[in-house]
Amino acid sequence: MQVFDLSALDRLVQVLGERGYLVIGPVLRDGAIVYDEITSSRDLPIGWTDLQEGGSYRLHKRADQARFGYVVGPHSWKRYLFPPEVRLWQLRRSRDGYLGSRQSSGQTGDNGQLDAISPATQGDLSPPRQAFIGVRSCELHAIHIQDRVFGAGNGARGAARGTPNWHDPVYARRRHDAFLVSVQCTQAGGTCFCTSMGTGPKAESGFDLALTEVIDGKEHYFAVEAGSDRGREVLEEVPHRAATDTEAEAAARAVARSVDQMDSGVRGRTMETAGIKELLYRNQEHPRWDEVAQRCLACANCTMVCPTCFCSNVEDKSDITGEHAERWRRWDSCFHRDFSYLHGGSVRPSTRARYRQWMTHKLASWIDQFGTSGCVGCGRCITWCPVGIDITEEVAAIRASDAQHREGEKSG
Amino acid sequence: MKIETLQPLLAVHPFFAGLDPEHLTIITGCAHNTRFGADQSIFAEGDPANSFYLIRSGRIALDVSIPGRGHHVVQTVEEGDVLGWSWLFPPHEWMFSARAVEPTRAVAMNGTCLREKCEADPALGYELMKRFAAVMVERLHATRIQLLDVYGDKRNQ
Amino acid sequence: MATSATSDSPLREHGVADPMMPRPFRITRKVKETHDTVTFDLVPADGGTIAGFAPGQFNMLYAFGIGEVPISISGDPANPEVLIHTLRAVGAVTRALCDARRGDIVGVRGPFGTAWPAEQARGDDIVLIAGGIGLAPLRPAFYRFLTDRRTYGRISLIYGARTPAELLYRRELEHWRGQFGLDVEVTVDHAAADWYGPVGVVTRLLSRVRFDPIDTTALLCGPEVMMRFAIRDLTRLGVADDHIFLSMERNMKCAIGFCGHCQFGPAFVCKDGPVFSYRDVARLLAVAEI
Repeated sequence: MQVFDLSALDRLVQVLGERGYLVIGPVLRDGAIVYDEITSSRDLPIGWTDLQEGGSYRLHKRADQARFGYVVGPHSWKRYLFPPEVRLWQLRRSRDGYLGSRQSSGQTGDNGQLDAISPATQGDLSPPRQAFIGVRSCELHAIHIQDRVFGAGNGARGAARGTPNWHDPVYARRRHDAFLVSVQCTQAGGTCFCTSMGTGPKAESGFDLALTEVIDGKEHYFAVEAGSDRGREVLEEVPHRAATDTEAEAAARAVARSVDQMDSGVRGRTMETAGIKELLYRNQEHPRWDEVAQRCLACANCTMVCPTCFCSNVEDKSDITGEHAERWRRWDSCFHRDFSYLHGGSVRPSTRARYRQWMTHKLASWIDQFGTSGCVGCGRCITWCPVGIDITEEVAAIRASDAQHREGEKSG
Repeated sequence: MKIETLQPLLAVHPFFAGLDPEHLTIITGCAHNTRFGADQSIFAEGDPANSFYLIRSGRIALDVSIPGRGHHVVQTVEEGDVLGWSWLFPPHEWMFSARAVEPTRAVAMNGTCLREKCEADPALGYELMKRFAAVMVERLHATRIQLLDVYGDKRNQ
Repeated sequence: MATSATSDSPLREHGVADPMMPRPFRITRKVKETHDTVTFDLVPADGGTIAGFAPGQFNMLYAFGIGEVPISISGDPANPEVLIHTLRAVGAVTRALCDARRGDIVGVRGPFGTAWPAEQARGDDIVLIAGGIGLAPLRPAFYRFLTDRRTYGRISLIYGARTPAELLYRRELEHWRGQFGLDVEVTVDHAAADWYGPVGVVTRLLSRVRFDPIDTTALLCGPEVMMRFAIRDLTRLGVADDHIFLSMERNMKCAIGFCGHCQFGPAFVCKDGPVFSYRDVARLLAVAEI
């Protein structure tokens, strides 16, 4: 293990910039810590933390000058790998049909040339190379889950009998280039439950560099671990030295603190995941769905803040002349009524059915589809739900009466 | 009456499948063989309903005349089906008209005769009622599915 | 070519074209089937060849600038010269497509999805049950069975539509009816007196065709509620759950398993379907609003 100091952290940002990365990290904006472009470590939310509960998110000043003293905000890295909107292509009518150009470069999608005849001349699959600073362990897992969804990872997709398993080029290119600087969690958030999902709090692999921020009296430094060759290359350009035993122990203790907080229930939550797929599959008509539907506003917040939710809409449009057409992909949500529109109506008109779809997909059918849970226990869906619906409570409620039901059968 | 020749015909018709031979003998006394030519009217809406038909081959359409829309076929019955239950219940009148769509063979059962036998032998009456109830339930289910208009285009409504 | 992948596209490495880019096809023939349903013959406008397809698969058809819809392929898989689609005008996109004329361009992505079980069904009696527009996705399977006629036992097609005027492929149905060794039964829900065929629900026709339930493969395509009723009758007759196949329909936006719209329990209808074995989806069909 290596260590470096606060000035080296700033140097890390510079090195990544020099290497052509667009550096993205946590910044304070509109009363929340979100992810955006940074040019210096001064852009980080120095001395701030977040207090989270169901339906509640508040920023507070810390007593120290921690750079990563918060948990997670409403953004996830998803928006930089799977952009909220992207133009997939443009087409122009021609005598022989139409001419196309692929457009999957940027979030604005406005840098393509319509008169490009051959998409091969565009180079439009070259979005900026991005470096993410401050990736939490749950977020690393979320990225690996989306790798499976978009076919970019090594994980096998659910067995398909007929069609090939595609991979999404928009995601694949961004993901391939992304440089991941993980930052270990040294405190649990109010809605965290990563220890239940097996996704944290310690990032074990899948990063290029992993930092642990240690603040010990007047000492303020980062323990550093490289997880890849390019991580080691970058680290070479940043002043660092080998960690002493005391420093390594202090770093380990800092991470252990967040585990204790979650496991003891001081902060965060837990979810029992044993047999959860079967539990939800056999409880599709559980009365709890009616109960939660009374509270759920079907606002789709949970799906927007979720780091793994991947549903999107494909929208076609044309200009007024009808000569030029475009296709856009935008984030969509299974909570929208029209999401399942078929033959003049929605397949899931009720909020009950839509909540059930979301939660059953996230925790159960995702396992059938991609071989892992779709939940990493980051707690965003709990924090950002305007009415504070808590997925861990919903699972517990179903489990509680499922067990009762089966006990009743045994004794009856 | 051709009792000896009709009983085997009744015995092989799905409607009477598995019926007690004694009961079969009783009801054969109320049966007679019949056939209809294409387009021949069998009964008309409002006529007295005194019989029902076990279809052996061919096709019969149940229809209703709608002013301005002509004859509207609500259902057809074919080989193995049974036609008519209005003879069972007062006022013993046909609700729809029936017409052979193509040459059709059937065994006609005299309803007045059967009603008397059923009154005299409640076991036979119950057996017959169960079989008609099954037919009615099947038709009711079919009618409900038709009412769903599953092939319809609700967007254009 | 407008449809080729870019040189630096990650997809290129896998040797496949961009799956989201429609390829231009020209309408070479348009047949009006019913008041709201047409059949198109399509050939590639870029001079290329047509990808082979398996009966049951679908394409995404694109109306320029308006949108895209999943439509099953309804032509003969043994004739790769032309792509045939039958579609019904029911929404903005299908209306625009149905309004297209001979010579117009239609975008095509595909084929996608799973196929009817032509191999698994070898040696079995075959029962095809179609409702309404559902005959279109079954027609390629019927062609396949006819091409390999001796591979299968009895072949029956039972088909229900709303009225006689809404029957698809009428001339072809009459031709098939006349063929030896084929049972073709057609019924309608409503008819005038000039209709000589059966009137009643499609499931009533099951008793009119001959098949051995123990060795029968049944293929179903039509409104979901119709298929549910048909499945009930088939299983009551003794046809096994894994010998009943149905083609499901859900909202689809991407057709390649990414957009999430077509989820039906754990299945993506676009890639795990549209053809499913009843055994695999029985649990889901029983749940409302799933």
